[in-house]
Amino acid sequence: MPSAQEPQPNEAEGQSARASARRRLGKFDLSSQGPILGLILLAIVGTALNSDFASLANWMNVLTRTSFIGIIAVGMTFVIISGGIDLSVGSMVALIAGSIILVINSLATHIDAPVLVVIVGMMVSLMMGAAFGTMHGLLITKGRIEPFIVTLGTLGTFRAVLTWLADGGAITLDFGLSQTYGPVYYGTLLGIPIPVWVFLGVAIIGTVLLRRTAFGRYVQAIGSNEQVARYAAVDVDRVKILTYAFLGLCVGIATLLYVPRLGSASPTTGLLWELEAIAAVIVGGTSFKGGSGRVTGTVIGAILLSVIGNILNLTSIISVHLNAAVQGIVIISVAFLQRRRP
Amino acid sequence: MGLAVEFHGIAKDFGSVRVLHDVSFRLEAGRVYGLIGENGAGKSTLMKILAGYHEPSAGAVVIDGEPVSFASSREAEERGIVMVHQELNLADALTVVQNMFLGHEIRKGFLLDEKTMARQAEAALESVGAHSHPDDRVGDLIVAEKQLVEIAKAQVRHTRVLILDEPTASLTPNECEHLFSLIAQLREEGIIVLYISHKLDEVERVTDEVIVMRDGHFISQAKTSETSRSRMAALMVGRELSDMYPPKRPVSDAGEPLLRVEDVSVAGWAQSVSFSLMPGEILGFAGLVGAGRTELFEGILGLRPRSSGRILMGGKDVRMGDPRAAARLGLTYLSEDRKGKGLHVGRVLSDNLTLLDLKTYTHPFLSPREERAALDRAVDEFGIRVGDRDGLASSLSGGNQQKLAIAKYLAPEPHIFVLDEPTRGVDVGAKRDIYFLIDRLAAEGRGIIVISSELVELIGLCHRVIVMRDGRVTAEVPADRLSEEELLSHAIGTRTAAE
Repeated sequence: MPSAQEPQPNEAEGQSARASARRRLGKFDLSSQGPILGLILLAIVGTALNSDFASLANWMNVLTRTSFIGIIAVGMTFVIISGGIDLSVGSMVALIAGSIILVINSLATHIDAPVLVVIVGMMVSLMMGAAFGTMHGLLITKGRIEPFIVTLGTLGTFRAVLTWLADGGAITLDFGLSQTYGPVYYGTLLGIPIPVWVFLGVAIIGTVLLRRTAFGRYVQAIGSNEQVARYAAVDVDRVKILTYAFLGLCVGIATLLYVPRLGSASPTTGLLWELEAIAAVIVGGTSFKGGSGRVTGTVIGAILLSVIGNILNLTSIISVHLNAAVQGIVIISVAFLQRRRP
Repeated sequence: MGLAVEFHGIAKDFGSVRVLHDVSFRLEAGRVYGLIGENGAGKSTLMKILAGYHEPSAGAVVIDGEPVSFASSREAEERGIVMVHQELNLADALTVVQNMFLGHEIRKGFLLDEKTMARQAEAALESVGAHSHPDDRVGDLIVAEKQLVEIAKAQVRHTRVLILDEPTASLTPNECEHLFSLIAQLREEGIIVLYISHKLDEVERVTDEVIVMRDGHFISQAKTSETSRSRMAALMVGRELSDMYPPKRPVSDAGEPLLRVEDVSVAGWAQSVSFSLMPGEILGFAGLVGAGRTELFEGILGLRPRSSGRILMGGKDVRMGDPRAAARLGLTYLSEDRKGKGLHVGRVLSDNLTLLDLKTYTHPFLSPREERAALDRAVDEFGIRVGDRDGLASSLSGGNQQKLAIAKYLAPEPHIFVLDEPTRGVDVGAKRDIYFLIDRLAAEGRGIIVISSELVELIGLCHRVIVMRDGRVTAEVPADRLSEEELLSHAIGTRTAAE
């Protein structure tokens, strides 16, 4: 009797394995391959419309401009996977940028070593970012306030403090110092701009952190179900604080790369960057509900969104003023393709 | 009023997998039917077809001689077929009356006819013996009361077929009694009641006929009075279950206890509880729902504020601030709420298995290959029946999810393992596996604590059972005095420890 029934479960197992392989393949196609396919498609369209698009110079330009949002979006990926959100990153960029310019300018009047002064400024950028992020994490975990509310509050606060520091105008890096600081943005290594190298580095670190460390696993576990993680001896508060601190650090990195570009900070610095960073994460296939996502997806999402703007700039089919509208449609389309059945 | 329901050669495929094969049987008005089978036998799928949640791939449901096809549960409801799900389908934020009429609101012109709805709700609540008021918020009700609200909701919809899926899973014995008399009342009214349960003693008590399913096939339909419990179990698993429980091993009470809890209180739940646990001992915790057993252990683990007392392990005071500290000290706790607190059902098996012990697989980066090897070992060691080892935890049946959860909480090699309702929603075959596993863990010298609402299980498994009532320990019953009457009397409070 039992031997006659034996093949049945095996067959069923085989079938269910095949079915789930197909399911995985389906998911693989949409949420993992979707963004890269979209990017390739856009590149083909861009090249067809304007031959300048495919030039190395244009690509380096796009990648350099993407690197700021991209670096922030890598940090944002962790926060969103853990089930959180940070709305303040754009304002944080503005405040950190203004602050380090003030620090560099004033140190330079006392110390006659511009390189050292700029390095100190860059360190301050990293420290401020990490400190702000840690503060968010503490308010969210120990203060038990919703991340949306905490960062909505600091979104206003950071930018207001910068506006106050700048007295409503701009804070500008002294001329000699911007010569010293300039190469951090304008310099290249092996023909590739420094910000792109840093973006690549942050992306690799982010990928490894998320996929191959206990921290990354805990981030996903908390986003999937915080209670289950808590019962499974995961230090939920600590992991959450670390995600915000890591995002803050990413903001600090993006800011120290961005400051030499314009050499100034004003109330419009980093405006709406939070939305661009969140959009990059979502376009990249990370679930807004948390639990799962990929850093590589985020990187592609960030590049994809800026390629759209680049194509609109290079061609005249759609007005460049509609850039945000096209991006918006892309975001909603991606979310539509990736939606899960209830 | 009454109607007859027939299943005619029902088959159901999910993708390429056939989960129901040619199921045919007939139900008559005014009878209570027990529908039993192991997890994955196809009971729930069949009932969901009847209640309009799924459509059959072949065959038909015939009601009063007329084949029907429901496109939605709403259409089934219109024919008087209502399913009360195990995880009750009520909106916590709405009131009782709002829930009862959700989607079926009575209107007066453009406005809702609140008065009529309240009146009907009140009458229905009274007829099922519910204590809640139509305006109570459902989220504030206890589980048993919510269940009565579900049945009252079925009443106002003129139900003729009522499907109850594991209705007593979180009810106390008193609440069960009430439910049983309500079922008898429904039968008098000519309603067909389909009672899905793993608890064979309940099936024996409340049903007229028992229908057994196994592996998607209809196995038998027979009068309950002519089917013994052991016969039911044998039909379900397809073999004789000679013995559910392993023989009890002797436990030495000499030497230092593994764990000693002294005067621990958990605000609002437990009052100065003391007990100790010896190596190799299986210690049971009995009590009604709300007696504070789960909350006591959540307090010991630091998941709830603990207001007083000491915890000693191996004779030394320990500080347990959170589950992390507890795991480091060698104590893990598997929650009763498997989906909400025990497993990440939406994640793959190996992620679940290794979560408590990730450092083992980190050098310095996680090794997916080693994690997968650990899963392969656990599948063999714990007898987890897995279709696709790369699949999600949600693809496992309840019993196999529970085995995975046990393997997960054993990964840090605890000396003390607390299992809260270890066999809830688990089929008979897997239950037996879990009992023997618990016995093996104890034989290895671990201390095991089993919190359970199934008294039979505590009696069959434990060396000693502590009974709690209203947050206090009311008795400590040794193995030779364990009986349902003894445990129940202490749990309900008809007898005190002093007697």
